[in-house]
Amino acid sequence: MEQTIEKIATADHGHGIGHHEEHHHVETFINKYIFSQDHKMIARQFLFTGMIWAIIGGLFSVLFRVQLGWPDATFPALEQLFGNWFTDGKLDPNAYYMLVTMHGTIMVFFVLTAGLSGTFANFLIPLQIGARDMASGFINMLSYWFFFASSVVMFSSFFVSGGAASGGWTIYPPLSALPQASSGSGAGMTLWLISMTLFIGSTLMGGLNYVSTVLNLRTKGMDLFRMPLTVWALFFTAIIGILSFPVLVSGVVLLVFDRTLGTSFYLSDIYIAGKALSNSGGSPILFQHLFWFLGHPEVYIVILPAMGMVSEILATNSRKPIFGYKAMVFSILGITILGFIVWAHHMFMSGMNPFIGSVFTLFTLLIAIPSAVKVFNWLTTLWRGNIRLNSASLFSIGFVSVFISGGVTGIWLGNAIIDVQLHDTYFVVAHFHIVMGIAAFFGMFAGVYHWFPKMFGRFMNETLGYVHFFVSFIGSYIIFWPMHYLGMSGVPRRYYSFKEFQAFSQYDDLNKIISMGAIMVFIAQLLFVANFVYSIYRGRKMTKDNLNPWQSNTLEWTTDVEPGHGNWKGAIPTVYRWAYDYSKNPTGADFTPQNVPLTEEELANESKKH
Amino acid sequence: MSAFLLILTVALVIIVVFQIGKSAELARILRGEEGKEETNSSLALITSVIGFIILILSIITIFIYKPKFLPVSASEQGVWIQQMINWTMFFTCTVYIFTTFLLFWFVYKYQYKKDRKAFWFPDDLRLELAWTIIPAIVLTVLVVLGIQKWFKVFSPAPSDAIIVEAIGQQFKWNIRYAGADKILGKKDFSLTNSDNELGINWNDKNSHDDFMADEIVLPINTPVLFKLGALDVLHNFNLSQFRMKMDCVPGIPTEYWMRPTISTDSMRLITGNPEFDYEVNCSEMCGSAHYNMRKVLKVVSRAEYDKWAKDQSENHSYYKTVVLPAMKEKGGEISMNTDTTKNNIKH
Repeated sequence: MEQTIEKIATADHGHGIGHHEEHHHVETFINKYIFSQDHKMIARQFLFTGMIWAIIGGLFSVLFRVQLGWPDATFPALEQLFGNWFTDGKLDPNAYYMLVTMHGTIMVFFVLTAGLSGTFANFLIPLQIGARDMASGFINMLSYWFFFASSVVMFSSFFVSGGAASGGWTIYPPLSALPQASSGSGAGMTLWLISMTLFIGSTLMGGLNYVSTVLNLRTKGMDLFRMPLTVWALFFTAIIGILSFPVLVSGVVLLVFDRTLGTSFYLSDIYIAGKALSNSGGSPILFQHLFWFLGHPEVYIVILPAMGMVSEILATNSRKPIFGYKAMVFSILGITILGFIVWAHHMFMSGMNPFIGSVFTLFTLLIAIPSAVKVFNWLTTLWRGNIRLNSASLFSIGFVSVFISGGVTGIWLGNAIIDVQLHDTYFVVAHFHIVMGIAAFFGMFAGVYHWFPKMFGRFMNETLGYVHFFVSFIGSYIIFWPMHYLGMSGVPRRYYSFKEFQAFSQYDDLNKIISMGAIMVFIAQLLFVANFVYSIYRGRKMTKDNLNPWQSNTLEWTTDVEPGHGNWKGAIPTVYRWAYDYSKNPTGADFTPQNVPLTEEELANESKKH
Repeated sequence: MSAFLLILTVALVIIVVFQIGKSAELARILRGEEGKEETNSSLALITSVIGFIILILSIITIFIYKPKFLPVSASEQGVWIQQMINWTMFFTCTVYIFTTFLLFWFVYKYQYKKDRKAFWFPDDLRLELAWTIIPAIVLTVLVVLGIQKWFKVFSPAPSDAIIVEAIGQQFKWNIRYAGADKILGKKDFSLTNSDNELGINWNDKNSHDDFMADEIVLPINTPVLFKLGALDVLHNFNLSQFRMKMDCVPGIPTEYWMRPTISTDSMRLITGNPEFDYEVNCSEMCGSAHYNMRKVLKVVSRAEYDKWAKDQSENHSYYKTVVLPAMKEKGGEISMNTDTTKNNIKH
């Protein structure tokens, strides 16, 4: 049975079992680096593209924070660089709304979905389950190039007349359906919709691959409950994506119809720009349901991979098993299931029947339970461990900190009655940025620092990693913590300026501090990118005698310095144990990799149990 | 500073820090420390200290900035919301402080030591049950309290509620009062055109005493039912100090009611700001001037309100002040004109 599975896994590459250095096909530059079907190369492609988008998305946030921090100043330098976004040195309101819209779109989809899942699911799944590659290298290759195509389309939307989409990343109609309602609702919005359709195609292809691979291509001995938590997390993330992204496609398609074919899915009784439109019978609230049916699971798609990686990195660096492995798996399952039935907590004030609000409050607060379990389990993993601090573990510890801070405010917002006051205020902005903007990013950084040696055969600079961590950690709190206070003072989100309202104009100082924090944190990310790029070429090398620099138990560290096509020369290791035998033996090494057979003592204990 | 200088400065900062990082790594390699498991123990100390400082500052700043939060609720509904916030704040703050403290304490206490052996502790069912069940109980309490209050707030409006219509539009609020007959005149979208943006049916006698308001005036302690709508895109009629809001949806009427309990004059005393005014703001992204949809709302005594409303309805009704003169000027009658591209006054 295992032999048959191995045969299927290697058939793609035309390799016989055990022969990997002799490639039956010629490896050209194009099929090695561009249209690669190797999951490791595809992972790197996702990572590089994601990082480029992250710089763009982060830069946008600096630009609009400059406006919010110094609303009366002018910036000729920015006008030089960004042209008509800054007329007379001041950010134009239309450009402001375009920047916040695109910042959200870029960060949620291109960076935290493609850049996080795309990178690590591709890189880690085959290596950690002991497979030669993904189930379909070809579809995997397509998943990257659909992402690339979607990126090109989205990028082009900045250059069309009217600019890129500007109705918020949530693009609610009628604002997004009517070009006369906003300049960004013209060609820019059309391109956004096309781009997202391609993007969702990419995600689906990737997700189907990840699920098939995990279910079918695990090596001998790799039972489901021996898989590292990273794989579990990426597996459930893929399932969520497969089930929820198509619903956004349906919402997008109906929006395209309303925009181009005169349909009225979302439009009814509209009078705008001096004309009464003929659309009748549609409901803007329908769009919100379709959007958030994806939108909510999307945030779990963003956070679960980070959680999986953090579990792995904390266990490795505490030299202790992740506490409550099965509970961690079931809490991921719980989050997955519950994540599908809470979407309308984004719609408490949308005008839907209040009864629906009560149902969604119940499920939303329930989902706090598995999340809480995970936090307590991470803390217990650290307790009485032997904690090594390095860039990866620092970011993992930071992840736990911000996941707590950001997570608890979710309990405020998820309770509909509190949301009446806090909906559409900066309190919401604080909450989702802390859990997504900080926590998910920290998980991503932890993953990059931890698996960089496996990806590139070299190490990133640790000192720069510490600087990156401390500036980002402190800076992120400086940016987002005060936003809770703005929210409690009623300051609404998506406001270009606060001067027009007595009630909201008392926070000039705090807004400056937030903006300065944003600039500082952005520069720290540029430092990270510099470290990343430099270390690929000049980083300290990982040598053959140090194949497992973090002394980790998982299978990826049993490959060569830079694993080639097919990952393992010779047979794939057989697995005998779960991934968390750290400090199990009172004497000897403080870790036991998964491919190490059970000792006699362990075998004796096993049979005693039964 | 010119663009070139800006980019140069940022690049220099990065290069400087980069070089520091490189030399630090080189120094570690020369000392033979690079790649070894031992953590620089000062790193553990620094991390914990920074973690604790952030924890402490995050709590202290709540008290520093609390005076800037919304003042005491100006509505009966908002009081219930504030109670819910208090309960939630208590539980979440406790968890936040406790878990964050443990996190950074562990990072310091269990930092890597060569002779330390980590404790083999893969699972413990009692612990898992405890921290599943206790949060479940706490969250159930919050859910029950929250849903109770939610149904109270969104219960049907009392029959003595004053009806005020607020229709959002890019970028202003159209406020319509029902006038002396307490009934809002009918509307019909097919009547909408540039002379009658709200689509009011002027043949309906109930609309003749309705008046549009520049400022929303409400009597204290009397329930008010806001009937909401939007002409073009989504808006949200938000009354921050009253803690009430609801989206305004084109094509779908929405509404909420509330009972104001603090007059504008009283709130001026409470906030110490003699210029204070309640302000309506828009709380749903609606386009490039979303941040500028302001309307003043005043809460006055019943007597003052009655006087104002009577005067508005009798002398300043929209029909009397705008529609009739327009008809006279154009010499026509009002018709139920369903041709929405033309002026709806028949000649």
